[in-house]
Amino acid sequence: MKRELHVNGVKQSLEVDDSTPLLWVLREQLGKTGTKYGCGIAQCGACTVHIDGNPVRSCVYPVSAVQPTQKITTIEGLSPDVSHPVQQAWLELDTPQCGYCQSGMMMAAAALLDKNPSPSDADIDKAMTNICRCGTLPRVRAGIHRAAEIIKSGAKS
Amino acid sequence: MKMPNLNRREFLVSHAAAGVGLAVGVLPASVAATGVAEETKEVNAWVVIAPDDTVTVRIARSEMGQGTITGLAQMVAEELDCDWDKIRWEYPTPGTNAKRDRVWGSFSTGGSSGIRESHDYVRKGGAAAREMLIRAAAEQWQVPASECSSAQSVITHKPSGKTVRYGEVAHIAATLPAPESVTLKDPSEWKILGKPMPRLDTREKLDGSQIYGTDLQLPNMLNAAIRQCPVQGGKLTAFDADAARKMPGVVDVVTVGDNAVAVVAQTWWQAKQALAQVKTEWDNGPNAKVSSESINAMLDEGLGADDAFVGNRKGDITGGLAAAETIVTADYSYPFQNHAPMEPMNATALWTDLQCDVWCPTQDGEGTRRAAIEVAGLAPEQVDVHKLSLGGGFGRRAGFDDFTRQAVLIAKTQPGRPVKLMWSREEDMMQGFYHPITKARLTGGLDANGELTSLHIRISGQSILASVYPQALQEGMDPVVFQCLAPNDGGQMAEHSISYDVPNLLIDHAMRNTHLRPGWWRGVNVNQNVIYMECFLDELAAKAGRDPLEFRRSLMKNHPKSLAVLNAVAERIGWGSPRDGRHHGLAVCKAFDSYVAACAEVSVDAKGKLKMHRIVAATDPGYAVNPQQIEAQVAGSFVYGLSAMMYGECTVKDGAVVEQNFNSYPSLRLADMPDVETIVMPSGGFWGGVGEPTIAVAAPAVLNAIYAATGQRIRQLPIKSQSLMPEQRAS
Repeated sequence: MKRELHVNGVKQSLEVDDSTPLLWVLREQLGKTGTKYGCGIAQCGACTVHIDGNPVRSCVYPVSAVQPTQKITTIEGLSPDVSHPVQQAWLELDTPQCGYCQSGMMMAAAALLDKNPSPSDADIDKAMTNICRCGTLPRVRAGIHRAAEIIKSGAKS
Repeated sequence: MKMPNLNRREFLVSHAAAGVGLAVGVLPASVAATGVAEETKEVNAWVVIAPDDTVTVRIARSEMGQGTITGLAQMVAEELDCDWDKIRWEYPTPGTNAKRDRVWGSFSTGGSSGIRESHDYVRKGGAAAREMLIRAAAEQWQVPASECSSAQSVITHKPSGKTVRYGEVAHIAATLPAPESVTLKDPSEWKILGKPMPRLDTREKLDGSQIYGTDLQLPNMLNAAIRQCPVQGGKLTAFDADAARKMPGVVDVVTVGDNAVAVVAQTWWQAKQALAQVKTEWDNGPNAKVSSESINAMLDEGLGADDAFVGNRKGDITGGLAAAETIVTADYSYPFQNHAPMEPMNATALWTDLQCDVWCPTQDGEGTRRAAIEVAGLAPEQVDVHKLSLGGGFGRRAGFDDFTRQAVLIAKTQPGRPVKLMWSREEDMMQGFYHPITKARLTGGLDANGELTSLHIRISGQSILASVYPQALQEGMDPVVFQCLAPNDGGQMAEHSISYDVPNLLIDHAMRNTHLRPGWWRGVNVNQNVIYMECFLDELAAKAGRDPLEFRRSLMKNHPKSLAVLNAVAERIGWGSPRDGRHHGLAVCKAFDSYVAACAEVSVDAKGKLKMHRIVAATDPGYAVNPQQIEAQVAGSFVYGLSAMMYGECTVKDGAVVEQNFNSYPSLRLADMPDVETIVMPSGGFWGGVGEPTIAVAAPAVLNAIYAATGQRIRQLPIKSQSLMPEQRAS
């Protein structure tokens, strides 16, 4: 059926099958391939996007569950110019290795920092359950702490 | 260079003719977008220079996260004396390599070899280009080349002070013959090589713009989902696709080879949904009843079998053990592991009766091209492969190419339309080339002074070479089985030689193969062998009443580099004085020509819960090309090795792999991850690998620390549900 989706600040009207997970609508109908398929069962987090700022594993999230008023943000919409503190921190620390899981990793990190701009290690452990097989985990943790610093310095200035 | 110079325009045209759209990001956007490509010159195969001094370095090896693009570009840039800020990179195609007499050498990216096996000719490529540029400038100025110097992409004629930029003379340099020989810089002169340069490929990973194999979009493209016989080696006997054909978006349902059926649809999600409606019948073949139990029984038999291939022998093991004061024996085991890269297997193929193009994330572009040629039914020169970014490799994408063959076979049913085949995670888990399954029986003899005089390690289990590369067996023996246990005799396996001297030594292998295909899994056989060796050494030290560090040192007098990394981690962790409630464990080995050690700090609470607090690693790779990327590889090795130690296990029931996704095959999460401290201590004079060696020491360091904490030896992996309750010790 025809549905309206609000993705990265743009309203789009498109024909979708209601049972299709949001991931595949984003990737195959809207060309937002930054959001990745890793497991299809909400285990790995590579498909993480934001719906109204909350992290959602889009591989199991039927597109029909997204309300037309809700705002979807994918990695392509995190910032227009790689300027989000998480992106800046990731660039500074060279966090990604293969990079495939990093869209989801950054979206999860951005959602965490949005609610908790200065997370402790325990907060990070709890919020960040994405899988990275290359093993970037230490730099993901360091990246979140660095992004928190960037946010803090931005807030002061 | 034997081959004629191919200018930039021809190179682009050859890409375009082969069907590579510039839009897929194969070429650096800066070059394509500015239009300077018209003037860009190939100085030699490795170096392409634009008028604005942008240097594009051609990279033959594949980037899968390990940083090889950056490392190899550092080598070229160092010898070229160019401005690092203007470095770009691109992959040549394997078809172009074939046409140009393999000017780029091997494309194979495995065995931690990307840098250590190509540093010489890659650096010479950079040095030769620099000489040609200098000669071009000197000819223009009509001065001796020896009066000119180069730095930061600028050539200076010292006596006159005249300067010219690389981009201004590249078109002349491109017409000059290559120098017959070049002199490489002494490492003391390095300014780019050996430095922690930022990666060249990070930015596009931050905004979703990097194109992996699964992301490729081509005009008119179709998508395919596949179901293969769940038992490897089985066959498809029948299928009913009537319901599937009626589903939305479905274009076709086709058999693939003799063991699979695929749905071709407009989108992959549609293909996957329709595939679920296809009814399949299989002939599971002779392995339909194989189980983990039957495989275990076979390996147990091998532990005591009379016949075995000898990989390392010294002294007299029988006499040595007979004369020993104390005998210690233990059996260990290591299960099948799946590579489980985050990006599932995939390949895209476009086939016509004149040409076949494949787009694929692959660790070996040439191997992928060979696989495509096998099934394309075309002449080799009509087939080429365009490498895309890999969402992880770990060995699964190193030359197996089962998915490449499938993609081409499916594309042949849709001539003229590109078809992207992507496996589901479940297919990926069930159709692996698994880490080989092995067990080991270790028998050690201590003399009255607690010195290790005799050691027998019997390995029982799978051989990778016997399955995937039997022509490399040596009178039936698979030498790769003996990684990290091999003799230090300068032979083929010396890069993985044993770090200890034991007077009477026998290491042998009872080859016991299963129908599950084994493959190169990051680290390969170092993973289990170093667990066997290092955990058992701890057992021997305990039996001898000796400190594990001191016990190892006493066996390493002739292995100063191994000893140095071991000492480094022991010192950093504070060996002998752990904080309250924490315990330490050590491991050391030589693998892929590097020397690595780890020391883990853990605690185990009264309920048996393990906490890995901290792990210290030391690496001596000879030359450290990029220290910050070595740190990343060490940390990654810990994640991979510790994931396997904690959770990794593929079990077998009715011939098929049971674990089908990350819920039953978990990977380490941040909450489990210890702090990692990395000591990079290059001693110079050799080139060792860094992507794999540290995996070997990850698990044994932790397992030995668990013993220190609990008195309990974990001899079967993974730890998974095994109890770690501290032993009740008399106070």
